[in-house]
Amino acid sequence: MGEPRVRILIAKPGLDGHDRGAKVVARALRDAGYEVIYTGLHQTPEMIASAAVQEDVDAIGISILSGAHNALLPRVVALLREQGAEDVTVFAGGVIPDEDIPGLKAAGIAEVFTPGTSLEEIVSWVRTHVRPRGVRA
Amino acid sequence: MDPGERARWEEARRRWEATTLRDSLARHPERLERFSTVSDLEVARLYGPGEGAGRDDLARIGLPGEYPFTRGIHATMYRGRLWTMRMFAGFGTAEDTNARFHYLLSQGQTGLSVAFDMPTLMGYDSDHPRALGEVGREGVAVDTVEDMDILFRGIPLDQVTTSMTINAPANVLLAMYVAVAADRGIDPRALGGTIQNDILKEFIAQKEWIVPPRPSMKLVQDVLVYCTRELPRWNTISISGYHIREAGATAVQELAFTLADGIAYVQAGIDAGLDVDAFAPRLSFFFDVHNDFFEEVAKLRAARRMWARIMRERFGARAPRSWMLRTHAQTAGVSLTAQQPLNNIVRTALQALAAVLGGVQSLHTNSMDETYALPTEEAVTVALRTQQIIAHETGVANTVDPLGGSYFVEALTDRLEEEAWAYIRRIDEMGGMLAAIERGYPMREIAEASYRYQQQLERREKIVVGVNAFADAEPTPIPLHKVDPEVERRQVERLRRVRATRDAGAVHRALEDLRRAAEEGGNTMPPLVEAVRARASLGEICDVFRRVYGEYREQAIL
Repeated sequence: MGEPRVRILIAKPGLDGHDRGAKVVARALRDAGYEVIYTGLHQTPEMIASAAVQEDVDAIGISILSGAHNALLPRVVALLREQGAEDVTVFAGGVIPDEDIPGLKAAGIAEVFTPGTSLEEIVSWVRTHVRPRGVRA
Repeated sequence: MDPGERARWEEARRRWEATTLRDSLARHPERLERFSTVSDLEVARLYGPGEGAGRDDLARIGLPGEYPFTRGIHATMYRGRLWTMRMFAGFGTAEDTNARFHYLLSQGQTGLSVAFDMPTLMGYDSDHPRALGEVGREGVAVDTVEDMDILFRGIPLDQVTTSMTINAPANVLLAMYVAVAADRGIDPRALGGTIQNDILKEFIAQKEWIVPPRPSMKLVQDVLVYCTRELPRWNTISISGYHIREAGATAVQELAFTLADGIAYVQAGIDAGLDVDAFAPRLSFFFDVHNDFFEEVAKLRAARRMWARIMRERFGARAPRSWMLRTHAQTAGVSLTAQQPLNNIVRTALQALAAVLGGVQSLHTNSMDETYALPTEEAVTVALRTQQIIAHETGVANTVDPLGGSYFVEALTDRLEEEAWAYIRRIDEMGGMLAAIERGYPMREIAEASYRYQQQLERREKIVVGVNAFADAEPTPIPLHKVDPEVERRQVERLRRVRATRDAGAVHRALEDLRRAAEEGGNTMPPLVEAVRARASLGEICDVFRRVYGEYREQAIL
């Protein structure tokens, strides 16, 4: 049997409509062979966590450009923990100032990609850091 | 061109290709196999006179101030009056933004432009759970007419023009502006300004919506009818390509989808029983100005020519003012890079120059630090000075349409026009823009284009300086504008104070009147003005629309 296919949820929290990055990353991951689910816009942390659990994903990629990352991203991680899904890898990308990154990582965000990151970097990070849940190396 | 001269040009061109060009290519091969614009339109080596059979320059290019306005909507363009330098501003509470407005006016800015925060754009009050972390962050928070009053404190509303970037709840914010003016004894007929009120591009690109597309169009119609009767100096819709382009569209898509949106609005006005010449002159446009210099100039020239034709031939407008495409422009936020931020000053300057050579009526120039945050005062000042340097030092404002007649610019103008007509025909075949949106057509086209462009960047077929070439190992730190975390608390406090001190019965009655108008299909604007005067909040008013029309949910398209 081949390796089970890794499932990734691409999520777009916040009230802004900047979904170009989310869509481009979702397509690149799909082209790289991942199973990708895109939440669509304007998702609350609650909606993202429950979609992740329902869809049984291995990772969540959160795209955020509204400036509300410090309020919203740690909340997603906390909600996953509450629902026993703390082994879902959460990574983020968007307009996130460097000085905010250590705090986000401490809150459980595995990686933060800032503007100008190439698709190749994101795909290769996912390849090395995301494994199917329960099949930990 | 007479046939004899055309033949002489063709002969010269053949000789040049066989001799000078051939020798040159033998010595120095060209850098690329294929040259193309940022939107991937192929660009030829050389453009010359008389290209394209049967060109009629007089009819296509014409004279400025006359149909089809390719060379500009005014006979003298910037010799008569410079464009309006209009910097978009808004953050924090109404007090914070009011202070920025006073600063910008003191620096020589000539019109105001308000940015609202995300909760306001989506029709939520500042204390709504979905507003968490977003209050006053990307614009100013406005919950009630009292915030609007503070926002314009000390500013003579009958002397400035105000542009408000607001769409789904444009009707509510306009009602608040009218109410503030009325409280100051200013006749609504004296108010000049613009609401963006372009809901179609929200569904296509910007994605700040409240109710579904069809009832949204009904609310736009109500504003059109109300303003045509009560606010004759108000620009009712700013038909916007900006957000379409920023979402990843090509220049052709921006041009085509924007004009197709315009067609839908004109049809909506006619369907509401208005005479086309009574409201069309108050429609204005808003385009992005991206990096590809000549493509942007050509896009603006093509837009004017196409709109003139649409209005005269398709809608039978008779007033020349209905044919004119008046436009605001903004340099391309999407072109700015977080890396090497000082480079953004140069990008913005070149884009602003293209906007001016494209003949725009007003312009916002982005600040170098906007990839991470709203701009600092220093960065905004440099951006405004950029426009002042173009206006007063470069000499480009001395003559009308200085690029008109350039072989390349005219050929590119024709090319953009031709490709945009093809899109508009496809959208017409689908039943117009509303139907095309319901099918997800423009959204899918844009997603395709933006993915294609990203792949070109990855392959380095397109270069972005400081990002995929000429990159630095270490980031350049720049100071960023900070939004005070206290803003959210102060704003929520003010909203609660207003709710506690207003006449609750009057609010209830006003919202009921609004609900009845919405349900029965009457014009919602008069009860809306009464509701804001009774101190109903933005969220409460939008909840009435949500209950009557339902909330929009997008089918996510990848």
